[in-house]
Amino acid sequence: MSRRKKRKVPLTQRFREYRFFFLLLVAFLFPLVDRNPYHIDMLVTAGVFMLLASGLHVIVGYAGVLNLGYAALFAVGAYTFALLNLHWKISFWIGLGASAFTTALFGMLLVFPVLRLTGDYLAIVTLGAGEIVRIALNNMDSLTGGPNGLLGIEHPSLPLTHYSFGVDSAPYYYLILLLVLLVVFALCRLESSRLGRAWVALREDELAASSMGINPAWVKLSAFGIGGFVAGLAGCFFAAKQGTISPDSFDFVVSVTVLAMVVLGGLGNIYGALLGAFILSLLPEFLRGFEIYRMLLFGLALILMMLFRPQGILGEARRN
Amino acid sequence: MLSALDIFLQQLVNGLTIGMIYALIALGYTLVYGIVQLINFAHGEIFMVGAYLGLLACLTLKGLFLGSGGAVLLLILVFFFAMSGTALLALLIERFAYRPLRNAPRLAPLITAIGVSFLLQNAVMLFFGPSDKSFPGLIPVTKVQLGVVSVTNLQILIAVVSVLLMVILHFYVKNTKTGKAMRALADDRQAASLVGIHVNRVVAMAFLLGSALAGAGGVMFGMYYNTINFHDGYLAGLKAFTAAVLGGIGNIPGAMVGGVLMGVLESLGAGYISSEWKNVFAFFILIVILLFRPSGILGERVVKKV
Repeated sequence: MSRRKKRKVPLTQRFREYRFFFLLLVAFLFPLVDRNPYHIDMLVTAGVFMLLASGLHVIVGYAGVLNLGYAALFAVGAYTFALLNLHWKISFWIGLGASAFTTALFGMLLVFPVLRLTGDYLAIVTLGAGEIVRIALNNMDSLTGGPNGLLGIEHPSLPLTHYSFGVDSAPYYYLILLLVLLVVFALCRLESSRLGRAWVALREDELAASSMGINPAWVKLSAFGIGGFVAGLAGCFFAAKQGTISPDSFDFVVSVTVLAMVVLGGLGNIYGALLGAFILSLLPEFLRGFEIYRMLLFGLALILMMLFRPQGILGEARRN
Repeated sequence: MLSALDIFLQQLVNGLTIGMIYALIALGYTLVYGIVQLINFAHGEIFMVGAYLGLLACLTLKGLFLGSGGAVLLLILVFFFAMSGTALLALLIERFAYRPLRNAPRLAPLITAIGVSFLLQNAVMLFFGPSDKSFPGLIPVTKVQLGVVSVTNLQILIAVVSVLLMVILHFYVKNTKTGKAMRALADDRQAASLVGIHVNRVVAMAFLLGSALAGAGGVMFGMYYNTINFHDGYLAGLKAFTAAVLGGIGNIPGAMVGGVLMGVLESLGAGYISSEWKNVFAFFILIVILLFRPSGILGERVVKKV
C-alpha cells in the first residue's frame, strides 16, 4: 500500500521538487525568447534589487536589526568602482571585488561605534548615516562630482577578449543572474552555518543568545559586513551598467523600497526577499500606464499587500 | 555692526523658532511610538498636509475677515481647520492602515506607514501641483527688539503657540483619565487592557493628538517660510523623528527638548559651518549623543530582565 502511494508523486509535488531548476531554465532562456531590450533591462534592474534585498535581508531578516539607510552602502559600492575606474582604469572584475570589500568594511565601521545601541536606536543611526552619505556625495564636488555625479564609467568587458558589454542588455542580464545565484547560494550556506544560527539566535532573544556564548556585537558587526559586501557587488554592477551615477539614485526612497521588498517577501526567508524584490521592482513598470498616478498606486499597493499578508508572501516558511 | 555675540544670539533665536516646530512634530512620533512601538513614517506627511490644509483655509476664508480683529479670528480658524483636518486624517489612517496590523510582525505596519507616506505625498502633489506654493502671510510681520537680538512677532507667535500646545499636551497626558490610560498602555498593553482600558480608543487618541500638533506645526512652518511644497514633509519628518530619538523616544519632555535642540544645532551649524552641510551636522550630533546616552537625552535606561 504505502509503497504504491510513494511511487505516485503528484505533478504539483514534482514541480515543487524541481522548481528551482525550472525557474533557472526560464530565467536562462528568457532573453533568447523575448528579445525586447526594454524588457531585459527591466529584469536587470529587478536583478540589482534582488541583490540589494538579499543583502539587506542578512541585516534585517537574519540578524533582526532594522536598517533604514541601506542605500548608503549601495552608494559606497557604486562610487568605489566609479572612482577606481575613472582614476586608475581598474577593470570591472577587479572593481567588483574591491567595491564589495570596501563596502563591507564601510558597513562594519559604520556600526562599530554604535554597537551597544539596541533596537530602533540603531535603526535611526543607519538612517542618519544614509542621509550623511547622500549629502556628502552631493557636496564633495571635487571627488564625487556633486549633484551631477560621475560620468564615463567604463562598461565591463570579458577578460582576455576585447568583447565589451557596451549598452547591450543581454550580457548584463546573464551577469546579474550569475551574481544573484552566487549570492543566494552563499547566503543559504551561511544561513545554516555557525554564524547564521548565531544571527537567528540573536534576533529571537539577545539575552539568551549572549548567555549561550554568542557575542552580540561581533554577530551584528558581521551581519553589517556581509550585508555591505552584497550591496557593494550591487553598487559596482549598477555603476558599470549605467556608466554614470549621481546621488539621486541612492536616496532614502531607495533604502525604504528595498526594506519594503524584504518585509513584503517575508522576513526570515531569503527567497521571500528575492520574490519581494522581483514584484516591487516590476510593479512600477506595470503601473507606468497610469502615468502621474503611478507612485500613488504604488503606495496603495504597499498598504494593501501588507494588510492582506502581514507576515509577508513567503513569511510562514520560517523554521522554528 | 553686529558683534559675534549678536550673531550667535540671532542664530539661536532662529534655531529656537524652527526647533519649536520640530518639537511639535516630534511629539507625534513619540506619542505613537511610546504606545504601539511604531515608527510612523507617514507623520512627516501629515505635517505637510497640515500646511496645505492651512493654505486652503487661508484662501477660502481670507475674503471674509478684512476688518480689524479679523486677522486674529482668521488665524484661529486656519489653525482649527488644519489641526482638525490632520487629526481626522490620522484617525482614518490609524483605522485602516495600522489597526488591522496591531498584532502582526513588527515591521508590517512600518511598511504600510511607508505606503501611506507615498500615498499622501502623491495625492497632495496631484491636487495642488508639484511646484512650490506661496503661503499667505497671515499677520503683518514686524520686528521687536529684545535686548540685543531682534525677534519678529511671528517668531514670538510660533514660540507662544508651540509652548501652549506642549503644555496642554503635557497636562492632558499627566492628569486626564485618557492620558493616564495612555501611560498605562505604554507600560504594558496587555495588563492595561485587562484592567478595562479601551486600547483601540486610546491608541486612536494618541494618533489624533500627535497629528493635530503636526497640523499646527505645518501651518506655522508655512507662515515662517512663506512657501510650502509637497516634499517638505519628508525632511521635516526625518528631522523631527531624529529629534524624538535624540530626546529619548516615547518620552514626551524628551521630544520637546530634542526638537528644540535639533533646531538650534542645525541653525548654529548652518551659520558657522556651512548651510549645505547643516543636515549632516544634525545627524552627526545625533550619533555622537547616542554614543554617550544610548537611549537619548531623557530616555530611561532599560534594564534587561530574563
